[in-house]
Amino acid sequence: MSEPEELQQDPIAQRLRAWDPQAVAEVFEFRGERTLILPRSHLRRAAELLAGAADLGFNLLSDITGVDRFPIEPRFELNYHLVSIPHKTVIRLRVSVHGSDPVVPSVTPVWPTANWHEREIFDMLGVRFEGHPDLRRILMPEDWEGHPLRKDYPVEGYR
Amino acid sequence: MGTTTVNTVTGAGKVMVLNMGPQHPSTHGVLRVVLELDGETVVKATPDIGYLHTGIEKSCEAKTYSQAITLTDRIDYLAPLSNNLGYCLAVEKLLGLEAPKRAQYIRVLLTELTRIASHLVWIGTHAIDLGAMSVFLYCFREREEVMKIFEMVSGQRMMTSYFRIGGLALEPPPGWLDRVEKFLNVMPSRLHEYENLLTTNRIWWARTKGIGVISAEDAIGLGMTGPSLRSTGVDYDVRKFFPYSSYGEFDFDVPVRTEGDCYARYMLRVAEIRESIKIVKQAMAKIPPEGPIRSEAPGIVPPQREKMKTEMEALIYHFKIFTEGFSPPPGEVYQRIESPRGELGVFVASDGSPKPYRVKFRAPSFVNLQSLAKLVEGRLIADVVACIGTIDIILGEVDR
Repeated sequence: MSEPEELQQDPIAQRLRAWDPQAVAEVFEFRGERTLILPRSHLRRAAELLAGAADLGFNLLSDITGVDRFPIEPRFELNYHLVSIPHKTVIRLRVSVHGSDPVVPSVTPVWPTANWHEREIFDMLGVRFEGHPDLRRILMPEDWEGHPLRKDYPVEGYR
Repeated sequence: MGTTTVNTVTGAGKVMVLNMGPQHPSTHGVLRVVLELDGETVVKATPDIGYLHTGIEKSCEAKTYSQAITLTDRIDYLAPLSNNLGYCLAVEKLLGLEAPKRAQYIRVLLTELTRIASHLVWIGTHAIDLGAMSVFLYCFREREEVMKIFEMVSGQRMMTSYFRIGGLALEPPPGWLDRVEKFLNVMPSRLHEYENLLTTNRIWWARTKGIGVISAEDAIGLGMTGPSLRSTGVDYDVRKFFPYSSYGEFDFDVPVRTEGDCYARYMLRVAEIRESIKIVKQAMAKIPPEGPIRSEAPGIVPPQREKMKTEMEALIYHFKIFTEGFSPPPGEVYQRIESPRGELGVFVASDGSPKPYRVKFRAPSFVNLQSLAKLVEGRLIADVVACIGTIDIILGEVDR
């Protein structure tokens, strides 16, 4: 692994890797913010561990941000910003998915707040969430065509 | 926005569907709530949003980093300076830049005044929703004073765009601190006036105590932040947890209550105004009378006007900043601040070009509104008005 020693020592990454060696693909830091890159297959169970384990306590999901890297594949990148209120720590999880199969497991059962965040990402980027209780558009009208925040969607819209 | 499939059969034991909004005055904008009622009891409440969606995040991608500041004002139009601050701090983090101390203290002072103004609007409109007219007029009188201070420093009452990347737009005019002081001198007694009208008012109690109760666990699970979360006994305040813009140097308390009802949220906002007054006073003492208001970062922060008249480089940088912008290194940052409504998060991704690759605003109103169903289900329809008001939503921020 090409990660610097310091990042390999990241307690949260170590904890996840102890649970499953494949759980964290990479750890990196930019401007003092730690990001763990997870494979899609591990997201849901990693979320359960992060939210459930008392020593981690990531009980607040602040935000999910979807980014479209078009035309680079894997195209969609989801950033989960977590806060542990008991331990005053933050972490970002990142999952990337291919444009041909934009499906990610939903974390709504773990953090109910994810419900609207995931609906927004579905609405704006067209990423689908497996296991979401009510996946429909939230900001755009239901008969809207296309997903406005995709990079191949013009700023002025289709006319 | 989307259709909601609901059972529309009415009669004994059946539910009736009532559309509340999008033009209902107590929804503070264009919120539509689909209520399923059994008599006067709410069985299910489904908020339907998006009527005010203007694609601010998409527009940001088509502007330079500095131009996008003007869009942030329009997200939460009752706290424009908080949005300016969140966005500027995010871009500054991306650049590895820090505003000078003087600018940081002025930013703290103005964002706390924003918090006071925003809470005043909340107290006034919430009171009017629940039938107390006079408080509204009193609150707007004091809010107007804050607006005048904003106008004095930025030239605008609401769409200030006063915070810029690396500092402030302008040197505040002479005498502005006297005006702030004047406001601070009257504010505590005015706050007393509102409290006289509401805090021990029997009707106010009946409308707010024990209404819209939520547990700490549910509130965190639903992502609630700000006064709404702190009313459940959780002391999560970004200013204390992850201090930004020198908040660590200020001495203030985070008011917390444990009831989790509308009354607790009212009491918290009043208490927060008192804390904000404390912070503003400290900031006034801390602000040095002279010093830079913008950091030295050639090519990123516009040079001083005086320098442009004497130095060739300054003129070139000025021209380049306003024609093509600046290019931060590729990467992503997430900056959270405590807006009057809760945690405002700004995610900025750069691809190394002069325009942000992606800007996302984690709007506290959007997230807090999700808890509405939890607050009102099983309660009376009249309480829906109290609950919508009490989570303090701004539709501009919900829909972006």
